[in-house]
Order: sequence, then C-alpha cells, then structure tokens
Amino acid sequence: MDRTWNHRAQNRQARLARAADTLGTRLRGKRVETGAVVDLLHAVIESGDRVCLEGNNQKQADFLAKALVQVDPERVHDLHMVQSVLALPEHLDVFDLGIASKLDFSFSGPQGGRLASLVSQGQIHIGAIHTYLELFARYFVDLTPRVSLIAAHSSDADGNLYTGPNTEDTPAIVEATAFSGGLVIAQVNEIVDHVPRVDVPAGWVDFVVQAPRPNVIEPLFTRDPAQISEIQVLMAMMAIKGLYAEYGVQRLNHGIGFDTAAIELLLPTYGESLGLKGKICQHWALNPHPALIPAIEAGWVQSIHSFGSELGMEDYIRARSDVFFTGPDGSLRSNRAFSQAAGHYACDLFIGSTLQMDLAGNSSTATLGRITGFGGAPNMGSDARGRRHASPAWLKAGAQAREGLTGARGTPRGQKLVVQMVETFREHMQPAFVERLDAWTLAEQAGMALPPIMVYGDDVTHVLTEEGIANLLLCRTDEEREQAIRGVAGYTPVGLGRDRRMVENLRDRGVIRRAADLGIDQRDATRNLLAARSMRDLVRASGGLYQPPARFRNW
Amino acid sequence: MTNSTSIESMHFEFDGHRHPAAFTPVLVGVVGSGNLEVMVEPAAHDRCSVGIETSARGFEAIWAAVVRDFHERHHLAGVTVSVNDMGATPAVVSLRLDQAVAGLKVAP
Repeated sequence: MDRTWNHRAQNRQARLARAADTLGTRLRGKRVETGAVVDLLHAVIESGDRVCLEGNNQKQADFLAKALVQVDPERVHDLHMVQSVLALPEHLDVFDLGIASKLDFSFSGPQGGRLASLVSQGQIHIGAIHTYLELFARYFVDLTPRVSLIAAHSSDADGNLYTGPNTEDTPAIVEATAFSGGLVIAQVNEIVDHVPRVDVPAGWVDFVVQAPRPNVIEPLFTRDPAQISEIQVLMAMMAIKGLYAEYGVQRLNHGIGFDTAAIELLLPTYGESLGLKGKICQHWALNPHPALIPAIEAGWVQSIHSFGSELGMEDYIRARSDVFFTGPDGSLRSNRAFSQAAGHYACDLFIGSTLQMDLAGNSSTATLGRITGFGGAPNMGSDARGRRHASPAWLKAGAQAREGLTGARGTPRGQKLVVQMVETFREHMQPAFVERLDAWTLAEQAGMALPPIMVYGDDVTHVLTEEGIANLLLCRTDEEREQAIRGVAGYTPVGLGRDRRMVENLRDRGVIRRAADLGIDQRDATRNLLAARSMRDLVRASGGLYQPPARFRNW
Repeated sequence: MTNSTSIESMHFEFDGHRHPAAFTPVLVGVVGSGNLEVMVEPAAHDRCSVGIETSARGFEAIWAAVVRDFHERHHLAGVTVSVNDMGATPAVVSLRLDQAVAGLKVAP
C-alpha cells in the first residue's frame, strides 16, 4: 500500500492556493492588504487547527487577534489555541464566539477572572497551564502550531522581519511553525525598504500585513520607586545581606514586583556599604527593569539577557551595549525561550513572589475565582537537575541540602537557590500563608489532573518575609519545614499557630534568621536607602536616556 | 485592612519592669492610608498601657498578638502608648512601635 509522505506540504500548498484565489490582487507577493486580513484567515485556517496567536507579557499581535474574532464560526471552529499569554479580551472572545474550544497556555494576567468563569461554564477545555519552556518545547513535539499569527516591528518587500527589541516568543513560534508545514502570518507596524536586521528570514514567513496601528506593548516591568514601602526596604536588606552576600550570588533572576525593585535600588547604597560590589549580582536574566538603572550606572552589572524589552528603555539599552544583548543596529534582541533557558540552567538564584504558600512551601497564584497562570516562575523557580557547571552559590546550597545524606541522595551536587519573598499579609489583609492552597479546590472544580501549583515546595530553598528568612535547605523533616514556615509567617493564622519553642530552636540553629540575627536594625529600613525614590530619580540616573511611558510621568 | 466608617477601640495593659528615664512624649508615623501614628507618653503607674483606635474592624486578635510581642521585647513600665491606625499591616505596626521606643533611655 502506498503512503503519502508529504501530506502536510500538500495541505500547505492547498491553503496557499486558496489564499491566492480568495485575495486576488489584494495579495502581492507575501503582502496582504490590511482590509483583506479576515478573508485571508478564512482561506488558510481550517477547523480543528492548532493556532498560535502571539500574545506575550508585553508584545501583542493585537490586530491579528481582532481579525481572528471576526471569522465565521460556521466556517472556522474548534480551534486549539496554543499561546503563552492571554492578555487581550480577544484571546478569550474566540472561545466565547465558538471559534476555538481548547486552550494550552502559560499566563493569563488581566484575563484571569474571565478565564475562570469561562472554564467553569465549560466553554474552554484547558489542556494545561504550562511553564513557558514546557509550552515552547511542546511546540516542537506534540503541540506544533498549524497557523501562527505573530507580531513584528517591520518588514521589507520580501517579507524579512525585524522584531525590534521585543523579539520575545517570536523565534520559538516561527521556528516550530515554519519547519512543520505550517503557515506564518505576521502583522507589522511598517513596511520599509531595508529592515535594520533580519530577525525572521522571509523564507519562513508566508503573509505580511501592515496593521493600522503599532502593536500593543505593555510596560509590565516598570515599578515606581515612590510606591516602595519601608517594609519592602527591610526585606530587601535581609535579601542582600542574608542571601545574596551569604551565598555569593552572581547569576540571578528577579520576578516582577516592588519587593525585588527594592533590592535593585539598594544595591548601589546598602550593598555598597556592605562592600559587596563585584561580589554579588553581576550577571542577570532579567527584563530591562528601570529600577536597575542606578546599579548599572554604579558599575554593579556586567550583563543582562532579557525575555522581552521594556517601554521607554530603548535609548538607555542602546547606550549601554556592553551590558545588554544588542545587535549591530544597536537595538535589543530579547528572546523568551533563551532567557528562560538561561534562568533555568545558568542562574544560581531566583527570587519571586506569590499569592499563597502552604506549610510544605508549595505556592500558587491560582486562587479561587481567578486563574492567572504562572509566567516564568515555574522555570525560574525550580532546580534544573541536568545542570553540571559549579559555582560557589550553587555548591553551597547543594551542600546544605545534602548534609548527612548518603547514597544517591547524598551524592555531591549543587542546587539552585529559589527564594519566595512575601509579606505575610497581602492587600486587604489576605494572609499569604495558608493551611491549604486554593489550587486544590480549583483542581477539583476544573477536573485538573494536578493542583495548579506555581513553584513546588521541594524546589523552594528560602522563604523571606518581613519577619525573617527561613532556610528550608537546613530542614530535615516535614515538621521542621512546617515550623520554619510558620516561624516567618507573622501574625497570620498560620504564623500564630507556631510552636514557639520549636521556632526558637530553629532560630538557634540558624534555620530561621531574623533581621537582628543578620545584624540589621529594622529602624534603619527607611526609604532614604533607595538609590532612586521616584521615577524622576530614575530618569536622572539614566542621564535622561530612560523615557518612562506617560502614565509614569508624575512630575 | 477592610474599610469601615466607624472606628474600633481597644485597650491592653501589661505589668512592666523597665522604667524609661524622664522623657517628653514621642510621636512617630503619620495617620494615612496603610499607616499609623504612635505616641508614647510617661505615665504615673508601673504598667505599659496601650490604647488603639483603628479604622479597620475585626482584627482584635492580631492586635493582641502584636502588642503582646511588643511588650515581650521591651517590658516597659510607666508608659502610655496611643495608636491611631489607618489600616497598617502588623509589620508596619511593629516597626512604628519599635521606632517610638527607640528614643527612650531605659534602665536594663
């Protein structure tokens, strides 16, 4: 019996032929007239297709998203959406309208509440909430997109694409799609004679359409220093002295938030006073956080590789090409897959935050009524067991975790430092520490195989709150781990439920260290320690190169 | 803490044994959202007397624990502590209480 071995290629040719027929003169080469985009989607997308609609933390293929919700659900339905982020209303409208039915994703941010409601109504079947690297990996195994709708900054007449600083997910999406018989459709802000650099070769792109407006970019990593509290300054002092200096951390990633912004702003002041310059924090996998500008200017930072860019940082990045990964054209080339891999394998420390943590150290941002997904935390906040290269921080963490163990578990190896930095109470006095994560209830409600835990407790090495640092590497039993967490859980019900004698014993052993134990007087924790106390200070520190988005200009 | 139009009052008394040297009243903090002001005054008794006025209702158990821990840290005698709270977290409350006491000279 003869078998056809190029079915995908034939199907691809059929789709391209349909597009040519449908569009006629509205298609020239790869260029599609702006007004013909819905007809294009009708011609090339088939019901049941896996479709990637580029939506990241920042850059959005928003014009193509608006086009996709205009297709006729009678003709195109049961799509399986495979994408990083659900950020725009259209990302969920496709399910509401009956165009798509299945979803695999990583992060849902602003759409978290609506997603929870659509899932509970049975309108979306969730394959899984993935880590970024897991989702990208499955693009190359069993979740390969048939059609990908991507965003780039500009295209030339042939269809060579320039992504600008926010390359983000584009390389992973295009590579998987273009090399498996799929189709790549790009929206661009402008069509130019020559792109500044070719980020995606024309041969990998099937259609280019100029969007009426530049694609949406969200300044997700900008934190106004004016909103940093004294408690956050105190926690940052403990992080620098009790963790970064303690382990000699040189390679690291910071999650988003005011807690870590405070650390960044204390490096050139408090860090300097401790004599730590050159001894910690020289290499980063990090978006271009404006809060890092004073530390960069003071010579603390050698390199930063980024997942995406940050609005307003373009000129600053261009002028600091020794630090950032910029191309010959001077602009940043970010890459989410590479930066996630760097965070997973090359960083010695990840410090992030969470909404809930239980007594085993499991944490989740998926809470009742709101499924926000996890972003990069599951990759950054886990120990890469395939790692081989040694560094002092990695070795020390591994030695602490393995002390006294024998056999396979006692074999010498390092461990990544994974720190959860949380104030004991969140806004509206919601305790961050709980006996049972909402994730368990969500798993029951949505029929998930596993509770949506963001960072697993056995990957967490330290919990840092305003009450001190719990070093879970030194805990030898589940009971010790529970009391170490209760011991820094403050006045939450979990904290008030501590065994005071056992917590004091853990403190004597250095498992729990309070500010005073670290030689930090908490009254020194004032906003005066911040290297910049306002957005204006950040602009000044950048020599006027940083241009914050209008919403942050409050002077 | 939750918003409410009415103010909740609480009072706590502890026996102390560390008398500060004579001092003029100390005031720290500001009355504003998520913050509080703390005043410490000398009193003609041997106790540490703490009065709290808070805009956030329903957190008496947490206040009791915060104030108890404060007293265990300092064991002050002969002082009256007045707190005007606008929804500060326990961490901020503890910080302000310690800041207020920091200026007092206390016999060991």
